[in-house]
Parts: sequence; structure tokens; C-alpha cells
Amino acid sequence: MNAPADFEFDEGTLRFTGELTLARIGDLSQRLAALSDAPQTVDLGKIERIDTVGAWLIHRIVRDHDAKVVGVDEDVAHLLEQLGQADKPLKIRPDATPPFIRVLREIGDGTIAAASSLYGLLGFFGATLIGLWGLITHPRRFRFNAIARQFEVVGVKALGIVGLMSFLIGIVIAQQGAVQLRQFGAEVFAINLIGRITLRELGVLMTAIMVAGRSGSAFAAQLGSMKLAEEIDAMRTIGVSPMEALILPRVISTIILMPLLGFYASVIAIIGGGIFCWIDLSIPPITFIQRLQEVVPLTDLWVGLLKGPVFGLIVAISGCYQGMQVEGNAEEVGLRTTASVVQAIFLVIVLDAVFAVFFSSIGWI
Amino acid sequence: MVQLNIAEGETIIHVAGLKNSFGDQLVHDNLDLDVKRGEILGVVGGSGTGKSVLMRSIIGLQLPDQGEIEVFGEPMIGREEYEAKQVRKRWGVLFQGGALFSTLTVAENVQVPIREYYPQIDAVLLDEIAAYKVAMTGLAPDAGPKYPSELSGGMRKRAGLARALALDPQLLFLDEPTAGLDPIGAAAFDELILSLRRTLGLTVFLITHDLDTLYAVCDRVAVLADHTVIAVGTIPELLALDHPWIQEYFNGPRGRVAAGAAKLKTGEAGK
Ligand SMILES: Nc1ncnc2c1ncn2[C@@H]1O[C@H](COP(=O)(O)OP(=O)(O)OP(=O)(O)O)[C@@H](O)[C@H]1O
Ligand SMILES: [Mg+2]
Repeated sequence: MNAPADFEFDEGTLRFTGELTLARIGDLSQRLAALSDAPQTVDLGKIERIDTVGAWLIHRIVRDHDAKVVGVDEDVAHLLEQLGQADKPLKIRPDATPPFIRVLREIGDGTIAAASSLYGLLGFFGATLIGLWGLITHPRRFRFNAIARQFEVVGVKALGIVGLMSFLIGIVIAQQGAVQLRQFGAEVFAINLIGRITLRELGVLMTAIMVAGRSGSAFAAQLGSMKLAEEIDAMRTIGVSPMEALILPRVISTIILMPLLGFYASVIAIIGGGIFCWIDLSIPPITFIQRLQEVVPLTDLWVGLLKGPVFGLIVAISGCYQGMQVEGNAEEVGLRTTASVVQAIFLVIVLDAVFAVFFSSIGWI
Repeated sequence: MVQLNIAEGETIIHVAGLKNSFGDQLVHDNLDLDVKRGEILGVVGGSGTGKSVLMRSIIGLQLPDQGEIEVFGEPMIGREEYEAKQVRKRWGVLFQGGALFSTLTVAENVQVPIREYYPQIDAVLLDEIAAYKVAMTGLAPDAGPKYPSELSGGMRKRAGLARALALDPQLLFLDEPTAGLDPIGAAAFDELILSLRRTLGLTVFLITHDLDTLYAVCDRVAVLADHTVIAVGTIPELLALDHPWIQEYFNGPRGRVAAGAAKLKTGEAGK
């Protein structure tokens, strides 16, 4: 019992023995391919068991050499006949293209995809504005609960990590600033550095990056999985607009929360820097605050607060847009989630540069 | 010469005193079930009575609260991963939703179990095996290089079946295989199961709501209700019982039509 599949070949007759099954087939297929002569008869009288894989090998010999099968009972004959019917050429995977052409094609596809993704994002932005207008004209369709829920997920639950990040950034700025300024004996200017850079730039920028990683990606993954499960199609057929039920609550809450989170981040960063100044530079908190008031113009606060909603909008719509683009399979959800974060961070940084130029040209230096 | 190994009455699946619950919700309580070698056991029951959960418990995806489960005479609860794997390669499973790997083509899906358990099989043979398995389940050859998202619901079912059959298993678990198939496809599926049982000596655990399939292929039918298997037997035996749900199931309007069709078919075969 349970002998591996084997065969002898003499005078045009292939005589098989053992178990012709997937588990015991070993390298039988290669050995059969290496036969010197074409067999005329296949004798299965001595085999112990056969499954579809064994039967396939027999069928192959019969087909290729027009051989005759002997020593089979009705069941094996039936199995062979079944395999004969199932013998249809089949492609395993879509056709592959030559590497050179594939590289060219991928570069082309990548360029088109990048351009069309920005174009699509613009279209999606338009659709969001129209949806928003719809809400303004029909305020009763406003989904207060969904927005409150997003407030919690996007805002309240982010307080811890955004706070920790900002606190550490504040300390690092103060420390690095102090080290450099000490060379001129101007350590006290570290306070200018902390106050201005956090309120103007880093508070909201780092927050936007954090929110893109935390919430933008979550939007893309949630909407993407919902699309895969046909949940969004189901919503549409029931008459619920995915724009109103899913996208606008996320967009609105992120727009409102981003300046708040950015302001919070700036304050925590200033606290971190202040603590560093107190401990390392022996500047007492009172002095620190007084000096902050003197050196940080109010416009810095406005710059930070004005950028917040714009960054929030970008993060939310690129998350939602990429999520809604998911089609096909689970891998796509991952790709789109990555794309949403990359796109959001890229656009946020580009716009931050634009804002820097804009604000300095209107004199808010 | 085929060894069907039909030792009469040998038990392939043995479930005793099974209890399953999700939180407060009790799904199974003190459930017993035996499946014999070479038989096709139909499992029926209303939606939500725990047919899929029973299957998941037997194949080890759901750890029961209580009870014992043996497959091929081997206890399945708390097994070492390696030992469990040896048992697992002797069965094939078709999930209710198909559960195809979405990043692989249909043909590659079929190859996954073979690659996993028999890496020595050469690439040419592997492709040929995938090709005939796909053809056997009635899919057109152009379905081979397609991804699951490009298939219709019924095609996904067939592809799932092709993957379940990949290892020529001795035991097949099927969760609603004919749901979503057209009647011609469903009848072809019945034929396929019967002929595989005949040639390979398959044992089949078949969950179904399809009365035609029940009449056409099942040797015995197990009825799930009230958290347990209330009866197991051939359809005439079940009909002789006086349980209201069973009566309604088989003697309801649909049940009678299916029974009539089954009778007609056997009558024709008799002529
Ligand atoms: N993961 C889970 N968590 C909680 N409850 C579950 C879970 N899976 C199943 N259930 C519950 O167990 C019960 C049985 O579910 P099961 O999927 O086995 O039903 P079924 O008999 O297969 O029904 P159908 O015929 O509709 O497929 C249901 O009431 C379901 O709500
Ligand atoms: Mg089910």
C-alpha cells in the first residue's frame, strides 16, 4: 500500500504501479516527458489508487501518443473521460509584455495617472462644493450626528498624539535654536524662534501631516472597503447620497478641526519650548510669556489659523476621493490609502509654500 | 481498481456535544452529528440557524465553547498547527461568499493549495492541473486569467469550487454551492458532485437551500433547528417524522415541486 507512483516501459507498453495521486506523483511528469519511445499501450492494471492528477497524466499520454488504455474498470474509465472533456487550453494569467515596453508603458501610465488623479481631485472638489451648496440650501439634510461622530474620531482622539508630537517639536526647536544662538550670545532669541515658527508654520503643518496619516488614510480605507462590498452602490439605490452621508461629514469636520488642532499644537509646542527655556536657559515662565507677547505679531496667529481650513479640506478630500476610486480588489484599498496620504501631504506642502509667498507679499512678515 | 475505501459506516466527521455562542446569543447547544465515508450529507435549516457556523467549527475556524470534533478520526480542537495542516490538506472548502484571493487570477487561485502543500509539482503540470480543474467546474477557458472582481457571482462560486477541488480532497465542505447559479449550472454542479463522488470516493458536507440539489445528490439530510440537529436521515425518513418545520420545508409549495421533479427524473431513468 501507499507506494509512490512509478512505471516500467517495455515494448511500447507503459505499466504503472503505485498510487497515481497528487501526493505520491513526485517527478513522474518529468520522467514521462523524457521517455525515448512513444508508448502504444498504457496498462493501469497494477495501480493502487488514482485521482484527477494521475488521470490527467494518463490522459496526456493518450492524447499525445494516441495510446490505448488497458486494465481499467468502469470508474477509472469514467474519470478519464471526464478529464478528456475538461481538456481545454487555459491562460493562467493575463499576457505579459516585454520588459522594455512594460517600463515605457509604466512611465506613461504613471504620468497619466498622476495628472488624471489631480484632475479627478479637482472634479471631486467641485462635486463636494455642489454637495455643500445643497446642504446650505436644504439645511434639514444636514447630518449632525455623522459630523459629531467625525469630530470625535478626527479631533478628540487625535489630541493625545498631536499634543505629544508638538510638545517634543517645541523642545527640539528651543534646544536647537539655543545651541546655535549661544554662539552669538543671543540665546534669548530662541523665544522668537519658538513663538513665530510654531504659530506660523509648524503647528498647522505638522498637524496636517499627522491628520493626513491618521484620518485621511482612514477615510480612504473606509470608503474603499465600503465600495468593494458594494455598500456605496446599495446606498445610492436606496436613495441615500454617499456625498451627504459619508463625504461631507468627513470634509466639514476636518475643515473645522484642522485650525483648532493646529492652534492646539502651536500652544503645546510653545509650552514645550517654554519648559526647555526654563530648565536649560533659566528663563522663568513669566519672562518667557512677556517676551512672546513682544516678539510674536498677531498676524502670525492669523496665518496659522487661515491655513488650517485649507489644509483640512485638502486632507479630507484627497482621502475621500482616493477611497471612492477603489475598484476591484483588496490590494487596491491599500494602494489608494497610500496614495491619499502621499497626495495630501504633497499638496499641503506645495500650498504651504504658496501661502508663504502670499503672506509675505501682503506684508504679514 | 479505484480504491473508494468505502468501509461501510466508517465515520469521517464526528461532532458531539457541540456548543457555540456569540456573547449572549446561543447558536448551537449539545449538537451531535456524524458523517460517514463516501456519503453526501445535506445540511438544511432556516437562515441564521448556524449552518455556516457549524461548518466553521468543524474546519477549525471557530473555537467552540464546548464539545468534541473529530475529522478522519483525529480530534481537531487544540491541535498543533503542523498536525492540523496534515488533516487540512485532505479536505477542500467552498465558502458561502467564494472567498477567492482577490489579487490572484482564477487559475492562480486554484494553484495556491497545490503550491502550498506540494511545491515539488513542476510549473507545466501545475498550469495543466489548474486548466482542467477550471474546465471541470464549468467555467469557460477565458475565465482563467481573470481576477475575481471581473467575475459574476455564479462564476465566483465555480472558481471557489475549483479551488476547493484543487488537492483532490477526500472530504469536501460546500456552503451553498448552487446559490447564485443558473438552473443549468446548478444541475451541472449536481452532476459534477455525483461523478466526483463516484470516481474519487468523496465525502461531502453540503449546506444548501436548494431543494433540487437535496433530492438529486444527498444520501442523507441533517436538519438544524433549535440550536441542534433535530434529525438526520434520508428524505423519506425525514418526511415520516412529524416535525412541523420539516413538514413545511419539504411539503411546502417549493418542496413539492422539487419532489415531483425528482420523481419524474428517477421514473425516466427507470424506463
Ligand atoms: N462572527 C459572528 N459574530 C456574531 N454572531 C455571529 C457571527 N457569525 C454568525 N453569527 C450568528 O450566528 C448565527 C448563525 O449564523 P450562520 O452564519 O451559521 O447562519 P446560517 O445557518 O449559515 O444562515 P444562512 O442560511 O443565511 O447562511 C446567526 O444568528 C448569526 O447572527
Ligand atoms: Mg450560511
